[in-house]
Amino acid sequence: MARTLSMKDAINEALDQEMTRDPTVIMMGEDIVGGAGAAGEDDAWGGVLGVSKGLYHKHPKQMIDTPLSESAYVGAAIGAATCGLRPVAELMFIDFMGVCLDQIYNQAAKFRYMFGGKAETPVVIRAMCGAGFRAAAQHSQMLTPIFTHIPGLKVVCPSNAYDTKGLLIQAIRDNDPVIFLEHKNLYASECDVPEEPYAIPFGEASIAREGSDVTIVTYGLMVPNSLAAAETLKKEGIDVEVIDLRTLSPIDMDTVIESVENTGRLVCVDEANPRCSIATDISANVAQDAFGALKAPIEMVTAPHSPVPFSPALEDLYIPSPDRIAAAVRKTMGA
Amino acid sequence: MSNPFPLEKDGLLEAYRRMKTIREFEERLHVDFGRGDIPGFVHLYAGEEAAGVGIMMHLQDHDRIASTHRGHGHCIAKGVDVKGMMAEIYGKATGSCAGKGGSMHIADLSKGMMGANGILGAGAPLVCGAALAAQKLGHDGVGITFFGDGASNQGTVLESMNLAAIWNLPAIFVVENNGYAESTSVDYAVASDSYVDRATGFGMPGITVDGTDFFAVYEAAGEVVKRAREGGGPTLLECKMIRFFGHFEGDAQTYRAPGENEDNRKNRDCLKIFRAKVTEAGVLNDAELDAIDAEVMTLIEDAVAEAKAAPLPTPADLTTDVYVSY
Ligand SMILES: Cc1ncc(C[n+]2csc(CCOP(=O)(O)OP(=O)(O)O)c2C)c(N)n1
Ligand SMILES: [Mg+2]
Repeated sequence: MARTLSMKDAINEALDQEMTRDPTVIMMGEDIVGGAGAAGEDDAWGGVLGVSKGLYHKHPKQMIDTPLSESAYVGAAIGAATCGLRPVAELMFIDFMGVCLDQIYNQAAKFRYMFGGKAETPVVIRAMCGAGFRAAAQHSQMLTPIFTHIPGLKVVCPSNAYDTKGLLIQAIRDNDPVIFLEHKNLYASECDVPEEPYAIPFGEASIAREGSDVTIVTYGLMVPNSLAAAETLKKEGIDVEVIDLRTLSPIDMDTVIESVENTGRLVCVDEANPRCSIATDISANVAQDAFGALKAPIEMVTAPHSPVPFSPALEDLYIPSPDRIAAAVRKTMGA
Repeated sequence: MSNPFPLEKDGLLEAYRRMKTIREFEERLHVDFGRGDIPGFVHLYAGEEAAGVGIMMHLQDHDRIASTHRGHGHCIAKGVDVKGMMAEIYGKATGSCAGKGGSMHIADLSKGMMGANGILGAGAPLVCGAALAAQKLGHDGVGITFFGDGASNQGTVLESMNLAAIWNLPAIFVVENNGYAESTSVDYAVASDSYVDRATGFGMPGITVDGTDFFAVYEAAGEVVKRAREGGGPTLLECKMIRFFGHFEGDAQTYRAPGENEDNRKNRDCLKIFRAKVTEAGVLNDAELDAIDAEVMTLIEDAVAEAKAAPLPTPADLTTDVYVSY
């Protein structure tokens, strides 16, 4: 049975169902329960935005609050993953990855390969990403390309509640380390989500909107922004296809190439900073594998090459808007 | 009547002014944030003023501090312009950081304020750098890093303590222990019962003071700063204190015991404690302090009015102050 659920509640439900199904699934993070050692209520926070609220009472042995020591607890999650647990470690904001990056990119990511295929590291590292929260330079980044750059990591960044539930369940069941990125400005977005558990395989993009003139390839918050642009362009007679990558590693280039072969035009939309980004990666792949299909130069719409500014007046310009996306599409149409 | 305090009248009035300015700045932000006037995350220092001011009264501009997410108090105590801070928090072009940083990133290098910080523990290594620079450049500046009980568990803090000790740096590690990291109690998250023991483990002296008592902080900090200036090396200073508001604005604080906030406001308000001490000793009178209150209220009122009226950054500002445009 499907009912409308927010992305935030879809995450909660996926965690709940997987912890119920498999007692080796544990969750750890800062204030994911809240109130530890304090005199007041337990489960006082359920995470900084309440994503894991209520899970402690259902799974008290599987929910662990941590000290503010990302290097230690994310590393512990990774170590435990090689020893029979399936930890989901929550890093409040992706911006804190710098604190524990070694454990992720030199340890978790490399075990399977470096140990000649003998190790499995079924760990999920969840973090909020993205701008628009007025949270300034150290709480607003995307940083997705940092993780897609690393062999051995799987990288997920969903755009809606339905995908979020299915991809998180897949992430927990997956035997490789998964960086699971939740755009904080999508937490409230709602859609139909089935009650029963389901897994969405990695490496399969979804076509968020079919169209024949121009292909937009994107992910995360840029999916709704691209869909909004597509609605505007429809009125101008431009028929846009929007591909939601859903997982960035592995990445579904087949769907992208197929679409570009149909439309002949490509706009890559990425909230990450522009250099060496998901947008440049898609562009390079398409230029290499579908050059003959292109009727116009590839366009990229990204954040500028700057940190995320605090002032709302600047942050609103930082985030690729439907207007900027529409302008790029028009450019590929020669308009 | 003789003055039992380590500061002359002027110094006492100055300390009170700084504490009161912080208090009213934060009280005002609490109201304005609640009204929806202020974007983003705001972490208030109200209740903790005596610690920041008690330490900063010993510092000059060439002494560097690295602050935290809860940085407004450190800024004001270190002499950062209050109007610039308010404009920054309102995201205006006239702000201390041109509206690009916001509450969590206010900085003024000319005042030795190396920045509030969105990353817990990030200031500790930076301050080792400030202390190293003072040592190599041959001036008597010190570096002070502030961090909470929560952030005291960051690897960066522990690594920095060791570094400062082996290099004998003029670095001071101030633990602002308000009992909570977000909703989590220090009793749960910090293994050792004593920060002094921790300091000992790193080969440096450690001192614990009542951070609601300006004079306790002032005296301890005086000793510690003097030792650092004279080449005596690093110290850890723990200030036990009270956070009056939630972790950030919007925190329901259900993790607190019933009545905890009311009790703190009533019995552990560092401003009330200060006022009682100086008036009971007959060194300052209520009228003198009330006059400061009035001036502070006017300053905050003006700061808000000016911040509201100030211009926003312009679109071109988006890509300035960064060395690659692309
Ligand atoms: C590396 C890092 N981890 C987590 C956070 C999120 N965070 C911000 S403040 C805070 C609690 C800090 O507690 P404490 O150090 O005691 O300082 P207080 O807020 O009590 O002043 C947390 C977890 C962060 N900003 N940086
Ligand atoms: Mg604290």
